[in-house]
Amino acid sequence: MRTVNSLIGSPIERLEDLRFLRGRGQYVDDLARKDMLHAAILRSSVAHGRIRSIAVAAARALPGVHSVITAKDIGNRVPRVPMRLQPLPDFEPFGQPVIAETKVRYVGEAIAVVLAETAAIAEDALGLIEVEIEPLPAVADRRASAQDASLLFEDKGTNLAIKFRAVRGDAAAAFADAPYVRRESFRTQRHMALPLEPRGLLAEWDAARGRLTLSGGAKVLFFNRRTLAKQMGLPESAIEIVENDVGGGFGARGEFYPEDFLIPFAARHTGRPVKWTEDRREHLMCVNHAREAECDVEIACKRDGTILALRGHAYVDVGAYMRTNGAVGARNVAQFMSGPYRIPHIDVDVALQLTNKTPVGTYRGPGRFETDFFRERLLDMVAQDLGLDRVEFRRRNLVSQREMPYQIATITPFESKDEFDSGDYQTTLDRCLDEIKWTEKSKLAGKLIDGRYHGLALGCFIEGGAAGPKESARIVLEPDGLYSVYVGSSAIGQGLETAFAQIAADALEVTIDRIRGVFHGSTCYVDDGYGAYHSRSVVMGGSAMLDAAKNLREAIRAQAAQRLGCQPSEVEIVEGSKAVGPGGKSIALNGLSSEGISAEGAFLNKKHTYTYGAHAAHVAVDAKLGHVELVDYVVVEDCGRIINPLTVHGQAIGSVVQGLGGAMMEHLVYDQEGQLLTGSLADYLIPTASDFPNIRAIVMGDHPSPINPLGAKGAGEGGIIAAGGVMANAVANALSAFGAQPRELPLTPTRVWELAQAPRK
Amino acid sequence: MEPRLTLADCLRHHLRLTGTHVGCEHGVCGACTVIVDGAAVRSCLMLAVQAEGAEVVTVEGLSNDADLTPLQKSFRRHHALQCGFCTPGMITTAHALLSEEPDCDAARVREVLSGNLCRCTGYIPIVEAVLDARAAYQPKGRDRSGDRA
Ligand code: FES
Ligand code: FES
Repeated sequence: MRTVNSLIGSPIERLEDLRFLRGRGQYVDDLARKDMLHAAILRSSVAHGRIRSIAVAAARALPGVHSVITAKDIGNRVPRVPMRLQPLPDFEPFGQPVIAETKVRYVGEAIAVVLAETAAIAEDALGLIEVEIEPLPAVADRRASAQDASLLFEDKGTNLAIKFRAVRGDAAAAFADAPYVRRESFRTQRHMALPLEPRGLLAEWDAARGRLTLSGGAKVLFFNRRTLAKQMGLPESAIEIVENDVGGGFGARGEFYPEDFLIPFAARHTGRPVKWTEDRREHLMCVNHAREAECDVEIACKRDGTILALRGHAYVDVGAYMRTNGAVGARNVAQFMSGPYRIPHIDVDVALQLTNKTPVGTYRGPGRFETDFFRERLLDMVAQDLGLDRVEFRRRNLVSQREMPYQIATITPFESKDEFDSGDYQTTLDRCLDEIKWTEKSKLAGKLIDGRYHGLALGCFIEGGAAGPKESARIVLEPDGLYSVYVGSSAIGQGLETAFAQIAADALEVTIDRIRGVFHGSTCYVDDGYGAYHSRSVVMGGSAMLDAAKNLREAIRAQAAQRLGCQPSEVEIVEGSKAVGPGGKSIALNGLSSEGISAEGAFLNKKHTYTYGAHAAHVAVDAKLGHVELVDYVVVEDCGRIINPLTVHGQAIGSVVQGLGGAMMEHLVYDQEGQLLTGSLADYLIPTASDFPNIRAIVMGDHPSPINPLGAKGAGEGGIIAAGGVMANAVANALSAFGAQPRELPLTPTRVWELAQAPRK
Repeated sequence: MEPRLTLADCLRHHLRLTGTHVGCEHGVCGACTVIVDGAAVRSCLMLAVQAEGAEVVTVEGLSNDADLTPLQKSFRRHHALQCGFCTPGMITTAHALLSEEPDCDAARVREVLSGNLCRCTGYIPIVEAVLDARAAYQPKGRDRSGDRA
């Protein structure tokens, strides 16, 4: 039997599983309401053009159709999707109207919403709407974008949304006397989070009370409620956003999308509940894309391999609009190009270029996956040039424990300073080398064995977490003596309920069965919540919970003292079930108050946690077929204090496989007309069960974060970040006889085959 | 019932058996897998009218209130699910496989599961969970591996 205070750190089987395994999860599309209408959305099939006319009469006349909504029906000014993070005034002109007004700017942009008695009739009616669009030249990539020949926003006169710059020290001076410099260009491809559950919403308008309930929320319920309240002219208190079970998030799900206005608007417009569920094609064209970045970078080193400076230019294709978190990836490309390495002088800028493609947002490890590929590739090239051992070269330049906290490049225009909080980056590197048997396997590097070339590589990463400013929690001692926990964080499949129950039970010094439930995912549970992004839930929500537990225990002592006739300080709470006063007089907590006792807690934070680690890969490449077999893959990360090793380990493995998808296959392909060519899961490939059977994850918890009371760090992104760079380096190593230097992802069989076409050395 | 109604939509929206999930509607993701006359089938690619007279088993039919089944327990123990969206399809697919081939090896499990997408787990724990559940599917008297479930 477990005793109290032992839950944190235990591999507790998840509470959520009991419903999921029986098919009793409740995802938004599982909901139904009497009298509900179904929405279907007509989307632009043209990437760039001016809307001449929209004729909806025929659609409206179809039996079973209730109404059709276009921009005209919305009112004087069509609301824009706001920026949630980095809301700089510079971005405002590039905001997306929730429904196209005069122009369409990407394939998939919403033009009209049909509301009908069944989903099938609504879809039938889409075919009856006639839209006339005068096509304009499509801006299909960042080079065309930079030419400004065709403009997405004519009155702005440019397709450049903004430029960020990351600076540390004096790069120009460092380059001026550098003994060795190498310049390279790299590129990562557009791909996306692709959670398995398509998005959906169910909006209910209560006209009598003027209240709106929106199911299908995720990730950032409170921000979305604030936004929707403004757009619909309602007080925030009139809106409740509910999070149901969510089939994966990975950064993309739960951001404020155009439909998050259109569906609630339709419910108020029609006076009936409205449900909408996207299909996979819509998902591929409408949910935030990510990762399309290029760079021209230069590195300066001493001959002994000490890195002196890094500078260059990066370009991110941000798609047609700047929405919610669309600037984060680009910022991270610049700010984290140096990764976990000590690079004293840095000057990297990044241009955010608008194109006629789906707008971008964050995807797990935003910007970090891209920039890790750039940097780790570059490091291997440098090591080769200078005749250095790849491992020793990295080891020499990793930020060391005694340099903590370590100041990283400052990014403008935010002027946001940031520092690595803690850790010993060498230990994860060493452990990773051990696990993959680096020394032994090095003998295979570049060798042709049974028709395949073997390659080995490693890379190091840093993962930011715990974004502030705040998270809130509330714990209630119920009249029956059980505890209910409410928190402003969101669950998007990370096993949050279990982790929070562990933290709360330990803080209250009770066994986990005394926690009646962890309630999250509604804007009515706490006053002010912030949600799940930037690997923040456990750190922020968990720390808020510690505060709430402390306050609750005080409140219980105060009440018990009155009943026991003593001072609160004389009361001891025993096993979370009774309060004991002087002389052993005691009172059971379930008899303490008939309404229950409630206490709130909060955690405020300006700093970030930095999880870190290393990946290593062993591949076997068939040079004739371009096929890459992953023989072994190891990820080692230290994510501070571990709440539940079972779920953290699961996150690491899942994250690696997503990263391998991005490294080897996933690609959202557009043609020069701005048409998406990968609009189904038969075209957009993600890893399956047979692709990568050999992956191991080791999660260490040796260096707790000093910046929060739990000591936890954000986790869950570390597995993805280094995957692209490591796989490319492994393929380069395997095909070294051909002088292969991959500069672009994904490493599809065609690309790998091409790399092996040079004459063998 | 409209002839164009898919079996998936019929189960979910007409019979309100929402354990069967729909992730793509074009036969790739496997989230909608149900067992029709013993075979794992994608219910998004089958019309409801085609199921007339057939025995259809969904994840709900493979569950009971009292306890998790050995297969479900194995999934839980191996942390073979995160968001749970792919899980019903994984359970039905694995159940159909193990019922036919209780001695299948890891390569076979991977091959069969490769028709079911999971975006969360990386598959490794799912494959382990299925392998670990084989014991429960052995014909009586042949249980060699000592089922821990
Ligand atoms: S929903 Fe049927 S295979 Fe994806
Ligand atoms: S557990 Fe989320 S898709 Fe498999």
